[in-house]
Amino acid sequence: MTPRDPWFSFARHTPARIALGRTGASLPTEEVLRFSLAHAQARDAVHAPFDAESMAHAIAGLGFKVLRAESAATSRDMYLRRPDLGRRLSDESRLRLAEAAGGDVDLALVVADGLSSTAVHVQAVPFLHALKGEIEKAGWRVAPVVVAREARVALGDEAGALLRARAVAVLIGERPGLSSPDSLGLYLTFAPRPGRSDAERNCISNVRAEGLSHEAAAFKLAWLLREAFRRGLTGVDLKDESDLIAADTRVALPPK
Amino acid sequence: MAFVHRIGPRSYAFSDLKDLMAKATPPRSGDVLAGIAAASAEENVAAKMCLADLPLKVFLSEAVIPYEADEVTRLILDSHDTTAFAPVSAMTVGDFRDFLLSHAATPQVLSRLAAGLTPEMAAAVSKIMRNQDLILVARKCPVVTRFRNTIGLSGTMAVRLQPNHPTDDAAGISASILDGLLYGAGDAVIGINPASDSLPVIDRLLRLMDDVISRFEIPTQSCVLTHVTSSIELMNRGAPVDLVFQSIAGTQGANRSFGVDLAVLKEAADAARALNRGTVGQNAMYFETGQGSALSANAHHGVDQQTCEARAYAVARAFSPLLVNTVVGFIGPEYLYDGKQIIRAGLEDHFCGKLLGVPLGVDVCYTNHAEADQDDMDSLLTLLAAAGVTYIMGIPGADDVMLNYQSTSFHDALYVREVFGLKRAPEFEAWLAGMGITAPDGRLAPANGAHPLLTFVERAA
Repeated sequence: MTPRDPWFSFARHTPARIALGRTGASLPTEEVLRFSLAHAQARDAVHAPFDAESMAHAIAGLGFKVLRAESAATSRDMYLRRPDLGRRLSDESRLRLAEAAGGDVDLALVVADGLSSTAVHVQAVPFLHALKGEIEKAGWRVAPVVVAREARVALGDEAGALLRARAVAVLIGERPGLSSPDSLGLYLTFAPRPGRSDAERNCISNVRAEGLSHEAAAFKLAWLLREAFRRGLTGVDLKDESDLIAADTRVALPPK
Repeated sequence: MAFVHRIGPRSYAFSDLKDLMAKATPPRSGDVLAGIAAASAEENVAAKMCLADLPLKVFLSEAVIPYEADEVTRLILDSHDTTAFAPVSAMTVGDFRDFLLSHAATPQVLSRLAAGLTPEMAAAVSKIMRNQDLILVARKCPVVTRFRNTIGLSGTMAVRLQPNHPTDDAAGISASILDGLLYGAGDAVIGINPASDSLPVIDRLLRLMDDVISRFEIPTQSCVLTHVTSSIELMNRGAPVDLVFQSIAGTQGANRSFGVDLAVLKEAADAARALNRGTVGQNAMYFETGQGSALSANAHHGVDQQTCEARAYAVARAFSPLLVNTVVGFIGPEYLYDGKQIIRAGLEDHFCGKLLGVPLGVDVCYTNHAEADQDDMDSLLTLLAAAGVTYIMGIPGADDVMLNYQSTSFHDALYVREVFGLKRAPEFEAWLAGMGITAPDGRLAPANGAHPLLTFVERAA
């Protein structure tokens, strides 16, 4: 077997595929096959069905009200080819959200399958558990959590507007990587309404055990939300300086 | 202006220039998504034939996106060099293809022509070119740029060392930088996509790279690929910014969705150049592009995605960048469905960029929801190396653990160097030899477990 490179011990610092060794200019057989396997698993994660029912049940178990919704994309294949449909609610879901809306709230939360239902299955509930603490601390009024199938980030704009929220946070399965089929992304948008651009959002990515912890992600999202409410915006003009705060006041950092 | 082309008893009508361009485009999912693709294979060829008969001059009188509505159109037309255009001004698009492939079109001739070409002309001719045409002509258009080394010389290909880490961990990023350098990669730039857009985090990453580059006197440059306004703020705070990065697109509206316009790009380019951190040149901007971004931002004006992409290169060349790369397969299957479409788009983008005088590299890549795999990437990489691509990405094992996609690896770069005999940027090549990383033949020397570079990861850990 072709040996790994002598700096292999540094691989403990990163999930990246370093110090793989080589045969001539090329990858050793073992790594070529290991890569093929990871690709096969990531392909499977894209196409795994979203279990919205269990998800809704578990989120209700945390004490949130829950609403189910679907995008206008009626199948996985249509979802992949027609992102415009994944950004809109189905007519039926639009009615359901409009009927469920109460008075004005501070925050709407959308749990969307995105490109990895695996990520949502694994991360959404523990993240919401951590976020609940921040919500209670801040005293924010929260709309029912929307669990949305075949959904993209911008679907949150319509959902947030219907639920009369000052801001919407979309929890969504990120496109699965070879080493991370289960990574959750968080997108925060102030004053949600259809037509918002991506430059008007703040993003926190890589929420998973090997990436950003649920507690740290909840801390960051709450920091951004406070700043968004204070300054009346999200997006490129709102720079995430929560790490500065965290560095200044170590106690504010949640445990790893 | 409307266009008509007859094939036998059938007559194909195209409502205007952008409709003709869209219908003439080789098939791709993004144009279907936009509802502007040809309805049949025959209509596609009818549009190509019609386009081939079109005088190049038409592109100067008919804008695909109105002058009044779009600052990118204004940039393209206001900066057009009629003197440079003169040698081809009487040609049709079809004549122009024949000219580009002829022996009369030498690298010197094409280099002088670049300022006389608009992106729409480049896009139009690419639509009637086969893959081999795109390779042959691009190969005749080297574009040389400089910062701390010389990028783009004929017979060379550079590599961006992309040491991303899911939490921007200093030791993790250092380990990937070390791995890349010891595999002979990093002459284009050491460029990190940060997981965070937090300014203190980005500042720390810039200092980490500045430290390794200066300590080991590496003739290369660094970049954190964050928003241009963040880089401006960091430069104001005195952070060691070499290259300023921004994603750009070919329409004003798509650029707005990225939170930029031409004015802020100019502000950033001026600020970066004023820092004077280059040693052999001051090409201080780094841009990324990709087909589909204008449609994704709902700002495509009915223009096909490949023409929008070529217009992004007009934005890029206005700021004399060191590096520009299309991230060809990153955006997903709704724009480029499978390996075949990704390969075609990569060759088109590279050709259009080079013809327009832009130092084009390609992120040869795909995502896990596209119908593509490593074999498709091997094909595109090999074709681009044949075409003289300026640089490619170098990622440990081709797996980007932060951005969640597959690109090219350090090993992939070594593979094309073996096949095509491609060298690195000369200053970097000399540094690798001096550090004992490469042997006299340019191949890697046997791995050395006691190499002095290893100390830098140990310090970061």
